[in-house]
Amino acid sequence: MRIPRIAALVAGVAAASLALAGCASSDNGGGGGSSSGVVNVAWGEPENPLIPANTNEVNGGQILTNIFAGLVYYKADGSWDYDAAESIESDDYKTWTIKLKPGQTFSDGTPVTSDSFVKAWQWAAADPELLNQWWFIDAIAFEGGTYDGGENTLALNVVDDTTFTVELAAPRADFPVALGYSVFVPLPESFFDDPDAFGDNPVGNGPYKIAEDGWVHGESLKLVPNESYNGPRKAENGGLNFVVYASQDAAYADLLSDNVDVIDTVPVSALATFKDDLGDRAVEQATAVFQSFTMNYNLAHFGDDEEGQLRRAAISHAINRQEITDVIFNGTRTPAEDFTSPVIAGFDPASIEGSDVLKYDPDLAVDLWNQANAISPWDGQFQIAYNADGGHQEWVDATANSIKNTLGIDAVGLPYPDFAGLRTEVNDRTIKSAFRTGWQFDFPSQANILGALYVTGSGSNDADYSNPEFDDLFRQGLASPTLEEQNEYFNQAQGVLFKDLPAIPLWYGAVTTGYSTLVDNVEFGWDSWPILYQITKAE
Amino acid sequence: MFWYIVRRILQGIPVFFGSTLIIFAMVFAMPGNPVLRMFGERTPNPAQVAALEAMYHLDQPFFVRYFLYLGDVVQGNLGYTFAGQSVNEILARTFPTTLRLALLAVIIQLGIGVTVGLISGLRKGSVFDGTALVISLLLISMPVFVLGFVMQWFFGIQLGIFRPTVGAGAPWADLILPAIVLAALNMAYVIRLTRASVLETAQQDFVRMAYGKGLTRRRVIPVHILRNSLIPVTTNLAADFGILIVGATVTEGIFNVPGVGNELFKAINRHDTPEIVSIVTILVIVYVLVNLFIDLLYGVLDPRIRYVK
Amino acid sequence: MSSKNPVRRAPRYVAEVDEGGLGAVDAVRVSERKSNLWLDAWRDLRSRWLFWVTSVLILFIIFVALFPGVFTNEPPNDNCQLSVSNAGPSPGHPLGFTKLGCDIFSRIVHGTGTSLSVGIIVTVMVAVMGIVLGAFAGYFGGWLDSFLMRIGDIFFAIPYILAAVVIMSMFLHDRNIWVISLAIGFFSWPATARILRSEVLRVKQLDYVMASEAIGLTKLRTMFTHVMPNSLAPVIVISTVGLAGAIVAEATLSFLGVGLPNNLFMSWGNDISAAQTSLRTAPQTLIYPSIALSLTVLAFILLGELVRDALDPRTRASR
Repeated sequence: MRIPRIAALVAGVAAASLALAGCASSDNGGGGGSSSGVVNVAWGEPENPLIPANTNEVNGGQILTNIFAGLVYYKADGSWDYDAAESIESDDYKTWTIKLKPGQTFSDGTPVTSDSFVKAWQWAAADPELLNQWWFIDAIAFEGGTYDGGENTLALNVVDDTTFTVELAAPRADFPVALGYSVFVPLPESFFDDPDAFGDNPVGNGPYKIAEDGWVHGESLKLVPNESYNGPRKAENGGLNFVVYASQDAAYADLLSDNVDVIDTVPVSALATFKDDLGDRAVEQATAVFQSFTMNYNLAHFGDDEEGQLRRAAISHAINRQEITDVIFNGTRTPAEDFTSPVIAGFDPASIEGSDVLKYDPDLAVDLWNQANAISPWDGQFQIAYNADGGHQEWVDATANSIKNTLGIDAVGLPYPDFAGLRTEVNDRTIKSAFRTGWQFDFPSQANILGALYVTGSGSNDADYSNPEFDDLFRQGLASPTLEEQNEYFNQAQGVLFKDLPAIPLWYGAVTTGYSTLVDNVEFGWDSWPILYQITKAE
Repeated sequence: MFWYIVRRILQGIPVFFGSTLIIFAMVFAMPGNPVLRMFGERTPNPAQVAALEAMYHLDQPFFVRYFLYLGDVVQGNLGYTFAGQSVNEILARTFPTTLRLALLAVIIQLGIGVTVGLISGLRKGSVFDGTALVISLLLISMPVFVLGFVMQWFFGIQLGIFRPTVGAGAPWADLILPAIVLAALNMAYVIRLTRASVLETAQQDFVRMAYGKGLTRRRVIPVHILRNSLIPVTTNLAADFGILIVGATVTEGIFNVPGVGNELFKAINRHDTPEIVSIVTILVIVYVLVNLFIDLLYGVLDPRIRYVK
Repeated sequence: MSSKNPVRRAPRYVAEVDEGGLGAVDAVRVSERKSNLWLDAWRDLRSRWLFWVTSVLILFIIFVALFPGVFTNEPPNDNCQLSVSNAGPSPGHPLGFTKLGCDIFSRIVHGTGTSLSVGIIVTVMVAVMGIVLGAFAGYFGGWLDSFLMRIGDIFFAIPYILAAVVIMSMFLHDRNIWVISLAIGFFSWPATARILRSEVLRVKQLDYVMASEAIGLTKLRTMFTHVMPNSLAPVIVISTVGLAGAIVAEATLSFLGVGLPNNLFMSWGNDISAAQTSLRTAPQTLIYPSIALSLTVLAFILLGELVRDALDPRTRASR
């Protein structure tokens, strides 16, 4: 999932003037009675049509999560439970049998069957033009999947209307966890007639459906509760109104005046003051985002040799993570202790060998750096590239300053005007500096980040890191039947990463946000998204 | 006069082709592959990159892409964004809002700027003149984002006089605050220019003549001085109008105005070629039309300027 | 801008007192130094105290820009400690610290060069292009006028944000003062050109231009000696304001993320943009660079006003 960059520009607030009616705060929440108010949510226009296999950024993802019900869903704490599925079982973690709850329908009245899933997945895997196509082939590794795609490329088998089987290429114990990602939702028959039209007005099987003419592009998207949904995520409010905001600052200004009820994050300019502004409506919690910067092994002085290893460790010891998170992020971020996230099951940095390479230790840093200089003297400037359109400038400059002050070398942040420019150089390996990297978990499992970033040849291995020892441990972990065994392997694998430092871990992301005086039961999930269906609001 | 207008409108044709070509080339010159951006931190596989590039014609040479775009435009279709939205629809949605915002800003600028400039010019060296200079300087030396945030915080959130952002349908009342911020940018230009030309006009023989033949200040100032001082101000206004439309990016962002400046900034970030080229080309055309109007206005304001042919 | 007598003067209908004495009126003083518009302007300017005040201020700013080391020994970038983030003044650090813990005073002093250079380069670039193209368009008219003005329309309507993103991306690895000046200035000359053109349209109807043509000067020569100098007044005003605008535009580009890299170049605009996140918690990070910017802007605009007054024989005569 794409890390949320600065909230997309452009706007229009289609919020009905509910603020005027805001006399009493709604306290009819709790578990029981549902409310009838429409919750206004700050949002950005999706960058792609609303087709599950073509939506890989948060704005589109928020809508899909609410209008579709996948086989499983994630709870706030990152654990999962069945949504459309009744059971997902396997004996060998390679062949999985999925049973659906009977009698489910899409909001257009057509039934949700095994076919709805199988056809949707096959369709997506066949078309390389879809942004999330890799999910089916790369991450999940269905038997027979190739990058070339093509018809019926996945080993899926329909048993009956509510049962189908999946054959994976390699055993994988965490398969059900991954199925909560929005790319695995079912699609109704009408989709296949005209995918383009569907992308503008999707029909789902989730707790909400798009209101008639509800999508005013560039301004707002309205969702109303879907009565035919009977799953565990029943809507507790009268609907959702997603309002496009040009900037986080604008959304925050509206939150302070109750024009919008839920925002995804407070702007950097309000980090120091938002707790005073919002009181107990301020929200601050850890989330599954991992921040780092990366040096490709082709970068001079940072190659796959002793010098490179020493320099990587020296740089890591030279960064005062605690001070940067305290000052730049007002203490809302937590310094990284491993390569995953504290909200993901299996997090246990204390047990990992070598994790103290992330400790700030100026003397050791200088010592290591000098050892590296003995091998080959340092020259030039240490640069950390970042995209200037994403609000990264402060922390990159602070990190560069920390390195500069500790090692006495010239270190600077190097802004690229836009994300495309940065990613192009990272992608074709022409970048001549370190560059910021980050990961927002797609599903709550360590396998997600470790597999995508550090396995030899994997999709987002921007450093071109390759260590057979790590690959081995990771594969064994994937095939382990229990979470405990799995995490044991993963933690050993992380021990290898601490030795090699293919990326320099910095800190974990956090949700720093708040909600208006008009809503109750606001909770933010492990993925930093607000859990919208359970919010209550008086009319 | 008639032929002058016809000629100017005919000149719009090469302007259209010239500007689309220049803008197309500019977007083409931007390094960075927009396809890669779509995948965020993830690196797509080569087959995906190739498929998407082919889909958006990004793999074609410059002139092929340019003529593909022109072909669409001739048929009245300004293209589609990466999000699959029609650029026609985006423009139809965003332009009216921005035009209203710019109009409001121009009215504020003219109302305050010309009045202050006139008084300053007539009372050169007075306390009023000095104060106007200092205030206009403050406005000029304050970047728009600082002014915008301060105004939004103070008038929108603290005092609650205005809504801090623009509400659904962008009602006029919500546009006042952003319009003031926008107007403040060029207010100093208008004040300084008006003052300068009032100073100059006030020394002209026809003004002395007007006083000489016993006209009152009440008559001389609006009819003789102000009217003749408006020429440079009017020219500046045309330039301003362009700035107001395209320069509104930051202001529109702060106040969440669903206008064209914002849309353009987003498109630039996405390297959304058809959208950028279409928006900017329409800006050029609007600008050309406004300028034509202004040039015609010269003739009204200053009878000495005549259009030959 | 006389301050001796703030009371509005009555309009004059009669000639000034002839300082040369009545007898000299008709005599051609062959021995007298030759005079021209600019020389007259200079004679006028040097008698004004405000001219000297602004000149000294501008010279001072230029001095700071050239020799920042004279004013501070504190490095602007090399000793930034987060432990003093947004801290107030302390001995040796008269203005306190930025969010990244850099010395504000030192950054302002070292930023003078960048901001001033951007302002001056942009202004000169815009003025030269605008004056030349505007004068040609206005004075020669016809197809040349149409051609230049339509080119101007295209350039002007291209938002400088697009221009800036394109230019800054193209020169990604060698971004410097010239590149950002180009990004700001290259597309803004049409405004100046239009102003000058409309002035030229007015001036070329005046008697002395006709006279000049009548005594046989070529069109080109008439343009350079009579039309252009007499049309410059509004351009000078707009240029000094434009200089301020360029310095501010640099800040806005930083805000949009396409400015100069923050810790490679000290510039006021950069610091003002960076201070935006501390607007409510540490206003000093915003206020001090803004004061530096405002003072500079004030000096240049005042100078522009004075020069304009001095260049105009009519306002000069009325002093």
